[in-house]
Amino acid sequence: MHNKSPLIEVKNLKKYFDINVGMFRSKPLKAVDGVSFSINKGETLGLVGESGCGKTTVGRTILHLYTPTDGEIWYNGKQIKNKTDIREFRKKATMVFQDPYSSLDPRMTVSDIIGEPLDINKMYSSKKERRERILELMNHVGLNSEHASRYAHEFSGGQRQRIGIARSLAVNPDFIVCDEPVSALDVSIQAQVINMFEDLQQKLGLTYLFIAHDLLVVRHISDRIAVMYLGKIVELADAAEIYERPLHPYSKALLSAVPVPDPKLARTNNRIMLSGDIPSPLNAPSGCPFRTRCEYATEQCALEPPEFKQVSKGHFVACHKVEEINS
Amino acid sequence: MALLEVRDLHTSFFTDAGEVKAVNGVSFSLEKGKILGIVGESGSGKSVTSYSIMQILSKAGKIVSGSIKLDGQELIGANEKVMKTVRGNKISIIFQDPMTSLNPTYTIGKQLMEAILLHTDRDKKQAHARAVEMLKLVNVNEPEKRMKQYPFELSGGMRQRVMIAMALACEPDILIADEPTTALDVTIQAQILELMKSLQKELGMAIILITHDLGVVAQMCDEVIVMYAGSICEQGTADEIFYNPCHEYTKGLLKSLPGKENTGKRLEPINGSPVDLLNMPKGCAFAPRCNAAMKICIKNKPDTIAVNNNHHARCWINVKNSLTALQGGDSSA
Repeated sequence: MHNKSPLIEVKNLKKYFDINVGMFRSKPLKAVDGVSFSINKGETLGLVGESGCGKTTVGRTILHLYTPTDGEIWYNGKQIKNKTDIREFRKKATMVFQDPYSSLDPRMTVSDIIGEPLDINKMYSSKKERRERILELMNHVGLNSEHASRYAHEFSGGQRQRIGIARSLAVNPDFIVCDEPVSALDVSIQAQVINMFEDLQQKLGLTYLFIAHDLLVVRHISDRIAVMYLGKIVELADAAEIYERPLHPYSKALLSAVPVPDPKLARTNNRIMLSGDIPSPLNAPSGCPFRTRCEYATEQCALEPPEFKQVSKGHFVACHKVEEINS
Repeated sequence: MALLEVRDLHTSFFTDAGEVKAVNGVSFSLEKGKILGIVGESGSGKSVTSYSIMQILSKAGKIVSGSIKLDGQELIGANEKVMKTVRGNKISIIFQDPMTSLNPTYTIGKQLMEAILLHTDRDKKQAHARAVEMLKLVNVNEPEKRMKQYPFELSGGMRQRVMIAMALACEPDILIADEPTTALDVTIQAQILELMKSLQKELGMAIILITHDLGVVAQMCDEVIVMYAGSICEQGTADEIFYNPCHEYTKGLLKSLPGKENTGKRLEPINGSPVDLLNMPKGCAFAPRCNAAMKICIKNKPDTIAVNNNHHARCWINVKNSLTALQGGDSSA
């Protein structure tokens, strides 16, 4: 369906935050520590991982909502470097946020929320054109024209998320970072919104970076999936491949921990239990970030960080022991 | 006799906008040593049902009618003194967010010991020993050190373990777990669920597990109640609910989940949005969103019909089906 030229390329992206650890001392928190991937036109890349692994920071840093500490971001074969690039890039790349309750201004009407990006980028020549564009956008996301003059608090969570999506579509983007767009919604509403994301992708030729912790949702919507752990991508492969044949010990544990809505399967399920918690990114382990919870870890894992290498076509893993574990 | 028997429970919140019937005629019973799951969306009344059992509703909330019997003893109308012996001793509860339900200004040890000192006649030293023992039971490492720590020093999974330790310190007969793993990551969720299951086997208590996650229900529960708009729409054993759903809402929920079968296909969502509890429809609450709704669904509320001994549903389609089955058996009709 999608052609193979990359729309977004991320090369060795790093984002460190300075955290005060004493009166005058600060320490870098390595939220994202050397992440590389590319997303093809019309493709959906799923980004999964547990809280604190840096998946949201990746999304925000790509859009330059955070200034990258190091690394390159390329859009359509052109590197985003200075302010002019960023301004142009943001007309083509937008974001849908997790919480539809706090991401919409309670004092603005729906038409002003959706119209604000149009105002900022001066994308209309007359009031009539602005209004028509807003109604078209509302139509895209399944809202009625009579909703235009209402305020966000009058809507349910699912409808609010539709408003947020309409706003992100206003500038005619090619690329949308979807940061946990369905996690705050009720189960019966999630499917409606997921379908809408897929329809919009078909209709408008969009490319998504879909960030979520719900692995079943991610599998459904993504073409390829990247698994993150403590600021690094540990595995990246086609969606079906990663679910059928996860190679990294963390991906294996993560996937086996997902509760499946099937009691018989749940009873026979051989869950891989991880012991302990995710280490703090302030004191990330040396070498492989996962080694403290990994049953296969050896001395080598503590000494050198594993290389992120291709093991079969399109399947990348960062693990020293990958052949041993999976033979 | 069932350990807990809830009959026709009605709980309402009296707000400026009117009476919100959060729980509208809920009946179920809980046997000793069983895990009962209550699933539903936000606003379906699943949490309010459990708060009613504990009688920890906010000021605007009131139990309007019904009966809640614990070991044969009626709890509705019981005075605060009786309820104090029930809460913590016989029934205890753990909440969704372990950060907000622990007091940030006291150490873990102090909070754990408070519950023990209040509900048992142990002295301080014995309470301390019991608290350490409980932390060991829920697999908290270095329990002696944790006793002196404050909640902010622990991770989310650790805090939830402390909450479980606190809830189980007085060996309750029933543990109510209100979305105990929703705030946690999947690998931590797996640890906590496993822990709850093994403790349940070890201590023989009954658990009411409230959640919106059907995966968690499938993994944990013997019996399942599906709630919508304050009423039970379907209840039965886990296998019956998952493999033979009879209410259109349950069917819709199961179908709308992304899974192996519908990979690459469109999901089948439930249309519309959740019901407004201030303007409840006259007939079946789910009728406005139901694809199979008939005329009678909009006019009248359906009764609960037994699908079989282990399975009840409240849906006109089932009433119709069972009638046709009856008529089919009688050739003259």
